[in-house]
Amino acid sequence: MTATTTDVPAPRRRVPLPSGDGALGVLGLLTVAAVVEVLPRTGLVNPGYLPPTSEILRALGGVLADADFWRLLGLTLRGWAAGLAVAMALGVALGLLIGSFRVLREVTASTIEFLRPIPSVALIPLVVLVFGSRPPSALVLVVYAATWQVLVQVLYGVADVDPVARDTARSYRFSFLSTGWNVVWPTALPYVVTGFRLAAAVALILEVTAELVIGVPGLGQAIGVAQSSGAVPETYALVIAVGLVGVLVNVLARVLERRVLRWHPSVRREAS
Amino acid sequence: MATTEPTTTAPEAAATDVALDVRGLQKTYGGQGRSVEAIRELSFSVPRGQLTCIVGPSGAGKTTLLRCIAGLLDVTAGEIVLDGERVTGPPRGMAVVFQEYGRSLFPWMTVQQNVERPLIERRVPKAERRRVVADALAAVGLGDSGEAHPWQLSGGMQQRVAIARAVAYEPTVLIMDEPFAAVDAQTRADLEDLVRDLWHRLGVTVLFVTHDIDESVYLGQRVLVLSNRPTVLLEDVTVDLPDERDQLGTRGTHRFAELRGHVYELIQRAKAGHRPEDDAGPAS
Repeated sequence: MTATTTDVPAPRRRVPLPSGDGALGVLGLLTVAAVVEVLPRTGLVNPGYLPPTSEILRALGGVLADADFWRLLGLTLRGWAAGLAVAMALGVALGLLIGSFRVLREVTASTIEFLRPIPSVALIPLVVLVFGSRPPSALVLVVYAATWQVLVQVLYGVADVDPVARDTARSYRFSFLSTGWNVVWPTALPYVVTGFRLAAAVALILEVTAELVIGVPGLGQAIGVAQSSGAVPETYALVIAVGLVGVLVNVLARVLERRVLRWHPSVRREAS
Repeated sequence: MATTEPTTTAPEAAATDVALDVRGLQKTYGGQGRSVEAIRELSFSVPRGQLTCIVGPSGAGKTTLLRCIAGLLDVTAGEIVLDGERVTGPPRGMAVVFQEYGRSLFPWMTVQQNVERPLIERRVPKAERRRVVADALAAVGLGDSGEAHPWQLSGGMQQRVAIARAVAYEPTVLIMDEPFAAVDAQTRADLEDLVRDLWHRLGVTVLFVTHDIDESVYLGQRVLVLSNRPTVLLEDVTVDLPDERDQLGTRGTHRFAELRGHVYELIQRAKAGHRPEDDAGPAS
């Protein structure tokens, strides 16, 4: 999973990512696995830094069989979900509010542009001072990083309301709240979903970072422990496990997207 | 709708009663340092139940005029009076059918929900709402498309949905802004007949803006020809064609050709920059 900190507005017509040929995808994975298997065995790479695939997989099997792994995974997911939920609520509420009033947009624009580029990681010393290595540290980092993703998308979404749709709502005398609910919100929804997808990825990255760097309990912390105790295959196994969680999160977001946006041009198929 | 018509209009008053009055309308767009005069002076009134067409060369400020009348745009001077009340915002008694039906209909709602939404805003009771929506959809020939989404329908059908939504709203004045500019010729003829038909059946006042000269003469009882920008009224043409019109017969008559030729000539002169004050006294 890549750290997507881009805030490109959700395009009107999304080009579907090449989900491609399942068989070719598997072939690619197998190739990587084969290369990683061969490199350390031929001595091209020091096995102490990169163990062969078979060894990593064996370690992964061991890790997955360990009850402690599942407990830590639970902690990571809980921190991730809590942070993401707070970020979604904050981002959507603030985005709708700011986006609906020109004054608020103009007042907040410079502040948002100033605060947004601050990397969440730069806040680590601050949260450690305040919360130490307890879960609230991770929560603050996750919320800070993920909220921007949502907020910026929602702002784009609110700005994207079609002028004709707005005129229609006005001429049929929709109330302010009704315009918000029936016109602005559905327009912003694709952006909200994109924001969710970006935020979900960023939240996972920050949660694991907080665990790894600050020592908040979770999988990140486990990676740190494995690494410092020289258990290289286990370290790789844990990294792969975290990667799989990332993939799952992304799949979940995509499923949600399809479900919520049945009417949207990027999803609908039967349009004439 | 047809069933409620007797309670909303007194037929004997219909001939003289004024539904819409535009008095000394001026509109100047102000910008930083420069202003653009879109409408210099426009005054006309539309009797209740009349079907009036407005034509003008492109860039004549037709859309500006319409947005002012619909209360979507502030006027610089003058006033617009609907049912005796001055328009300051979108009035209750107006429904607008926009040219861009694809953007005016909400894609996240079904056809039924699109038509019903304005009635919910008006707090029409549910049972009545359902009936009015069903009637309106039936009236435009889409009785069985209520569950579809607008984007599943053809362009012509989508514009029918927009018309149904306007009709269900039961406006005093139905405003149509070049509604058929984006549909093909065949569909366009059908929709023109639909508008005539609805107008007859519902007794609604219609203000129909178009750039199509044939369409304006075919549809209207009266054609207001606008000058180029800054807009004034070039001529108020009465269309004295028989009330019963059909695409082949009416368009084939000598009188239709005459009227069409007359309006065409006016538009050509308007394009060339001719203004009423050039040959007669000042317009206002």
